Amino acid sequence: MSDIVEKTLTALPGLFLQHQAAGGSGVPRVSVSSRLGSLIRSITALTSKHEEEKLIQQELASLKATVAAPNTTLRLMKECMVRLIYCEMLGYESSFGYIHAIKLAQQGNLLEKRVGYLAVSLFLHENHELLLLLVNTVVKDLQSTNLVEVCMALTIVSQIFPREMIPAVLPLIEDKLQHSKEIIRRKAVQALYKFHLIAPNQVQHIHVKFRKALCDRDVGVMAASLHIYLRMIKENPSAYKDLTGSFVTILKQVVGGKLPVDFNYHSVPAPWLQIQLLRILGLLGKDDPRTSELTYDVLDESLRRAELSHNITYAILFECVHTIYTIYPKPELLEKAARCIGKFVLSPKINLKYLGLKALTYVIQQDPNLALQHQMTIIECLDHPDPIIKRETLELLYRITNAQNVSVIVQKMLEYLQQSKEEYIIISLVGKIAELAEKYAPGNEWFIQTMNAVFSVGGDVMHPDIPNNFLRLLAEGFDDENEDKQLRLYAVQSYLSLLEIENALYPQRFLQVMSWVDASLSFLDGFVAEGLDQGAAPYKPHHQRQEEKLSQGKVLNFEPYGLSFSSTMSSSGCTGRQSPAGISLSSDVSGNSAETGQKETNSLKLEGVKKLWGKEGYLPKKENKAGSSPELQPIAQDSTLVENVDQMIMKKDQSQALHHSEEEAEKQRLASTLFVGLGSESAVSLLGKTDTVSHKFRRKSKINDTKNREVTSTHNINCSSFSPLSNAPYEDNDHLNSFQDKEDIGLKKCSLGSEFLESGLKSESLTELHLVENFSACSLSPPSLFEDNSMEIFHPPHPTLSSFANEISLTSSLLEELNEHVHSDLVELCNNEMLKVSSCKIWKDDCLLLVWLIVNKSSLELKNMNLEITSTENFKILEHPGFCFPVIEAESTKSIQHHVQMEKLFTEEDLSGCVKYKVEEDPYIQLEFSITLSLLDFIRPMKICTEDFGKLWLSFANDVKQNIKISDSQANLPFALKTLQQKLRLHIVDIIGNEGILACHLLPSVPCLLHLRAHEGMAALWFRSSCSTLPDYLLYQCQKVMEES
Amino acid sequence: QKSTRRVNASEDTQQQIIRETFHLVSKRDENVCNFLEGGLLIGGSDNKLIYRHYATLYFVFCVDSSESELGILDLIQVFVETLDKCFENVCELDLIFHVDKVHNILAEMVMGGMVLETNMNEIVTQIDAQNKLEKSEAGLAGAPARAVSAVKNMNLPEIPRNINIGDISIKVPNLPSFK
Repeated sequence: MSDIVEKTLTALPGLFLQHQAAGGSGVPRVSVSSRLGSLIRSITALTSKHEEEKLIQQELASLKATVAAPNTTLRLMKECMVRLIYCEMLGYESSFGYIHAIKLAQQGNLLEKRVGYLAVSLFLHENHELLLLLVNTVVKDLQSTNLVEVCMALTIVSQIFPREMIPAVLPLIEDKLQHSKEIIRRKAVQALYKFHLIAPNQVQHIHVKFRKALCDRDVGVMAASLHIYLRMIKENPSAYKDLTGSFVTILKQVVGGKLPVDFNYHSVPAPWLQIQLLRILGLLGKDDPRTSELTYDVLDESLRRAELSHNITYAILFECVHTIYTIYPKPELLEKAARCIGKFVLSPKINLKYLGLKALTYVIQQDPNLALQHQMTIIECLDHPDPIIKRETLELLYRITNAQNVSVIVQKMLEYLQQSKEEYIIISLVGKIAELAEKYAPGNEWFIQTMNAVFSVGGDVMHPDIPNNFLRLLAEGFDDENEDKQLRLYAVQSYLSLLEIENALYPQRFLQVMSWVDASLSFLDGFVAEGLDQGAAPYKPHHQRQEEKLSQGKVLNFEPYGLSFSSTMSSSGCTGRQSPAGISLSSDVSGNSAETGQKETNSLKLEGVKKLWGKEGYLPKKENKAGSSPELQPIAQDSTLVENVDQMIMKKDQSQALHHSEEEAEKQRLASTLFVGLGSESAVSLLGKTDTVSHKFRRKSKINDTKNREVTSTHNINCSSFSPLSNAPYEDNDHLNSFQDKEDIGLKKCSLGSEFLESGLKSESLTELHLVENFSACSLSPPSLFEDNSMEIFHPPHPTLSSFANEISLTSSLLEELNEHVHSDLVELCNNEMLKVSSCKIWKDDCLLLVWLIVNKSSLELKNMNLEITSTENFKILEHPGFCFPVIEAESTKSIQHHVQMEKLFTEEDLSGCVKYKVEEDPYIQLEFSITLSLLDFIRPMKICTEDFGKLWLSFANDVKQNIKISDSQANLPFALKTLQQKLRLHIVDIIGNEGILACHLLPSVPCLLHLRAHEGMAALWFRSSCSTLPDYLLYQCQKVMEES
Repeated sequence: QKSTRRVNASEDTQQQIIRETFHLVSKRDENVCNFLEGGLLIGGSDNKLIYRHYATLYFVFCVDSSESELGILDLIQVFVETLDKCFENVCELDLIFHVDKVHNILAEMVMGGMVLETNMNEIVTQIDAQNKLEKSEAGLAGAPARAVSAVKNMNLPEIPRNINIGDISIKVPNLPSFK
């Protein structure tokens, strides 16, 4: 009775709805779930989300009561389930109904069961615990004689099934593969595919049955089995090569129209089947000429047959092209495929255009010329209103990027980046730009600008590798130290200018990068020093910390001199601090801080920075406030200057962008810039691109260097046209970088000097700076430059001993000279009854001077006295190695000086020579001698400050590390250093805790730096030098010295 | 790993995905392509949204790279045509009021994420046969339990496929392991 009443009731709204709909255009057949109907109707009538929520909650409450009631019929339950599905679809939680869905699937009649299964498949996820309760139902239904039930069970298995319960149903499903009904076989195959997906091991034993399914007389079953094969072949193509013939045969039959017309879709025979088979053949034929051979014919056939201009033919064509380019190439087919791609690219249909671009992207690595053919279309797509097309075009361009077109392509990418808001797009694009920038950057400015754009747009979402790689690049530098400096300098300048912009917000990661790079700026130094005094741990970026952790085991830090680069000004406050590993990198910046204008910034910035460095990390807003402070007059000027330069660069870029208008000619131009270097000769680099990620800078040639220098000098010119105050800091920075430009040096020395005086600094620091400059200049230029330099270089008097007038005073002057310099004792080299030759080494600052003293012991005059030094490859004697005294009077002494340079590194080597003379008219008497020179004779201390040490340290590529044992007496670090100072003539630059840094150079100008850390009877020595072998030799000497003492 | 999944107004996956997808798709103009590269929500760059727009309805499939874009686009067409046949002039309200039926039809075409059947006639016959059976069973709801079980145990009638199976000569040679 109640049933009947209910029926009537439920029918009413249905009737009503039907009536209503009859007036409308649609003809909805509303009958069964009329409660759902009323629910939907009332929901659509609502105006606000809030009301909807209220209504649904009411509905859910009543549903909850209904499903829980014991007397609810299955029929009613079914209805409830439909309504629950609807509620879930709207996003409301209805978990109370899940168990009832399972019950319904278990107990209901066919219709109810179907709804039950459907609800289960929609409600539950793969790992839901309730799913286990379904297993019994599935097993029962699989055994049912009712086909519909079996179908439902197979469907639910292929949709959602707990992995651990597979064994319970697997035998049943296997049986179904032999079922007489094809629909059952098809679904069984599909269920097995599911098992193969979630638990491949469990279905391994029935691979034979998959083959059987492949040969099924029903096309549907065969098609279903292709899913499994596609997947298995993807995983392991070699195991299924034997099936190639079968797949080819099937495809041939399909293409040849052997299938029932039923399978035709727009008169194309079974297009989806064809697509599937083409994919499989592509996978099988990849890199396999023999297998590919089998497929050529059918591919050709497919291309030929697919002539109709329906979408689905294009789908097949696309697949064909893809396969042809995937398998072992056959020129004839490639040609046809290329023509096909042309059809796609040139099609007015946007979907086809998209696929054409996709195909181009795919084939571009094999056939760059194809891109050239379609370059105009590509250019058009670049300005396409559809962002998806644009992005695909950029993807294509990304693949063809090379050093010549990188700036245009990256420019396009950045434009797109600025427009896009979706996080996913930003992440992937930012990664690509960073990769290209690193690989192909044409110059430092461009690189930094690009990276700035990348960081400011994508800073919050980008992959952490990007900033890490970037900083590493800045940190480790390249082969050319000068270029490094320019790069770092430019980075810091651009950051400064960015920070000046008012109210600009930068992503946290960008600020981190800035701060990290800028860490050696004195404005941070002050604060960091303060923090360190209070025992705070120095800030380190995450990866830095990790690296440090790693290196702790290895005794040495990553970059020991990091924070020691403080300027002469700020170093006074910071000398006592530990050297945290590699915080600061930008050595150029220290140049900034030695400048007055900058000093004002320091104090200002310091305040901003203090706020910045909150406990939570960086607080970006405050940084900007600091930047916008009105007191920042000089810096503002400074920044405008930098901005001006930036703008110039920007203008250049913009003009490039502007030119790229609709005009055909301009497009051509762009095309030529975009596709430059895309010829066949670049094919190799294109192909190799995916696997080798190398830093472009490393490969930079000398020519590029000089170019960069030219750029710098033009900058200087630009600067000088501005007011002197604003121009000073900028120029100063360049100063330290382009010291080989001698004219500039002179100019800058002046400005630098005056500013130093103004700021009340002692001239001492100035000279020290000069020292380094000159030193660096030496290291970079041949000796001729060295001599030209206006340094307090000791110019050794050339042995102008030819004038006899000097002779007498010679000995005394020699002695004077001896007293001036460090020298060895006089050593007797050889003698006979008449003559004695002795020698002494004078270790002058700039050279090794060998003084030969020839003493005539006899009372006779020695005539035609010749002294000759045997030339070897190890030494270079600056003067003529031979010398001749026409006469040496009785009991007199003559001296000869030779400036010796080391040509080839050695530890100890003999310099030999001979003296020949005549007495009266007797034949020549010859005396041979030799003197041992050691490496140490050519080593001089290099007096530099910690800051310069840091600079140099970073610029040297060759390093040698060694741990050596030290005796107890050496355990005291200062003592050990003293030993090195005395015995090896190393200059102690600084002692920081248990670490010491020393510097020396090999004459004439090969610097070598040593970092020494003593701990527990061991000394960790770390040498760096611009010369690759010098550290080894010095290490040997050090070891010797340390062991001896 | 689901390669095909319908997320139109009747599919329940995560609400967020639906909202996001709707947001993406509804923004698109008419004269742009029907493919959308996937956001993070749908699993990254490998996945794509392929949609078709019918009046007020969007049919959106989310597929991975193992599917052909144009193929899926036409699969949507097949799906809609099938719906049309099953509902006899399908309209929006049909889909809303018969969510379950729509799902069943889809399940015939796409099962466990894979395209199972693209032969429209076959799908329609299957659906019709099932409906007939269910209806007949439902009609017997009031009948004695014995009768119901009799119906349940009854085999589905031979579904006439317009295929002459005997003539399909898909011969698969070179299968050594096949016995």
